[in-house]
Amino acid sequence: MLPAGPRLWRAIVTALVPEAARLDPDAWAELDALVARALAARPRRLRHGLALFVRGIGWLPVLRYGRPFVALDSARRLRVLEVLQHAPLLAVRRGVWGLRTLVFLGYYGRPAAGAAVGYRADPRGWEARR
Amino acid sequence: MSAGPERAYDVVVVGSGAGGGTVAQALAPLVRDGRRVLVLEQGPRLADHEFTGRELEMAEALYVDAGGFLTRDGTMTLAFACAYGGSTVVYTGTSLPPPARVIARWGVPGLDAADLQARARRYADENNVHLLDDALLNDNNRLFAAGARAAGYRVEQFPVNVRGCRGSSLCNLGCPNQAKQGTNRVQLPRAERAGVEVVTRAEVLRIGADRTLAVRVAERPPGAKGAPSEWPPGEHRVRARVVVSAGGAIGSPALLLRSALPARLPRLGAGFTCHPALILVGEHPRAITNDVGHPKSFYVDRAAEERFVLETCMYFPFVTAKSLTGFGPAHSAVMQAFPRLQMILLLACDRAVPENRMAVDRHGRPVVHYRLTGETIAALVRGTRAAARILFAAGARRVHVPADPPLVEAAEAADLDTRIAARHFRPGTLSLSAAHLMGGCGMGRSAADSVTDAWGRVHGLPWLRVADASLFPDALEINPYLTIMALADRVAEGIGRDAPALLGAAGEPADA
Repeated sequence: MLPAGPRLWRAIVTALVPEAARLDPDAWAELDALVARALAARPRRLRHGLALFVRGIGWLPVLRYGRPFVALDSARRLRVLEVLQHAPLLAVRRGVWGLRTLVFLGYYGRPAAGAAVGYRADPRGWEARR
Repeated sequence: MSAGPERAYDVVVVGSGAGGGTVAQALAPLVRDGRRVLVLEQGPRLADHEFTGRELEMAEALYVDAGGFLTRDGTMTLAFACAYGGSTVVYTGTSLPPPARVIARWGVPGLDAADLQARARRYADENNVHLLDDALLNDNNRLFAAGARAAGYRVEQFPVNVRGCRGSSLCNLGCPNQAKQGTNRVQLPRAERAGVEVVTRAEVLRIGADRTLAVRVAERPPGAKGAPSEWPPGEHRVRARVVVSAGGAIGSPALLLRSALPARLPRLGAGFTCHPALILVGEHPRAITNDVGHPKSFYVDRAAEERFVLETCMYFPFVTAKSLTGFGPAHSAVMQAFPRLQMILLLACDRAVPENRMAVDRHGRPVVHYRLTGETIAALVRGTRAAARILFAAGARRVHVPADPPLVEAAEAADLDTRIAARHFRPGTLSLSAAHLMGGCGMGRSAADSVTDAWGRVHGLPWLRVADASLFPDALEINPYLTIMALADRVAEGIGRDAPALLGAAGEPADA
């Protein structure tokens, strides 16, 4: 299970990794499955805390911009997350850190993402490059 | 889950990594004398073909919490393995002898650096430790050496314990070519050939005052890597004359803390250190070889002077992404430059302080209390500046470090001291991780200052020994595995010396 509904989740993912906006439905499904699998292995308390935190991200911008996170443009979405990343409260900074880690796991954990950035490690090592 | 029968052994070793594997091999001759020696390993035993080098798949198979074990305040991940061979399956094989300066600073009565170094040399020979040939070094490593020299640092080459390394660069995911000579390749197979039993997927829940271990053997989860356990799934009771705890700096203190030990050990769990680490990258104008070749060939040791060590490293897409500071377009731009990235691992040499310690929660699960001290943050700042200097000296056009903004251009190289400052190293914004986990069952003089003596004997419990990095009374300030093996060798020697008193006559029941 993902920490947010699909609209908010994708808005957050694409703010953290802009290239995710170009993913096709199969790639999104792969990303979501990796995140869901990682979350499933975590304690329930942590999952609930993260879901609550993400819900907060969804509505917090109403105070500043009068609109929820999903209704913001990409620059403002990024700004919201940056502000939270530097929040005075450790719990908030830690929440952003955890969320970004999860998103990076889903996005860069896909073999296609590794290939897309030019990662070419191969068990055959040097032999594979010759 | 079924309840298995009670089993009796002379020696039970808990854990099969650098400590447990070493003890298992060193005590294997006891089997010839009719003794029964058992190793209990919580993780699975993987077949050679299961080491695929695929990042998430191998992390899930080999690491505790897939490599995402968090300290209690959630600001640092601790990477340690859970598999046949323990963390020797996932390290890079860097093999440095115990530093005399640090062993002297530890001040453990009866622990002598020369003795440890002699033992370490023996294991270095056994594990084929050597310097890699120049032809096998990749650009990532060459650039580090050249940059560090140009920046005025003394560079040293890591001896590594490989045999037939093909340069997959995948050491931290378990070598897919079985080249790395961890205990899973050397000491454990030898011990098993000599009659030592190794049981995998076997978690020791607690040790009783009567030397009975409560063991839970797990089923192989559907679709998981690794062989089923050698014992049937379920609860088992194992009686032992001698117990050696070698579950590492997380596993050993946690096991002893949740056990009903008939001894007062006020220092149990204290003195946890971990060399908090940051990954720093520089972007070169051209592609370099970085994800092929052994990842860790050189280092700069500034531990004595500035409390940090810089090492070459190269990680995988997800680990790299999470290790960089920030997110969004700037972060993506660095990731898109992957083939042009040079990577440096910065290790801060932290010190044992009262607030950093191991504990267990009400379920007996390990909890690591850890906060960066001001001194450790200062070491991280100095190390980050040094890494940036090295990256620029190697030709990087920009570096990515904890700064605001995190990308520092070559034109700013003269301003590193202002661009990289302690205010950027706030917990919760840094991607800190640690893989050198130490302390919790520290050696010393008495129960007032330590958990064991210099031979890993738990104070007041001569039948209980510790043989892993939890013995370190403070940080080692360099990659620890040879030191762990040397200490474990001493522990095994101590058990051999005490065998007549501890083990009684061969063939007697363990509770005699």
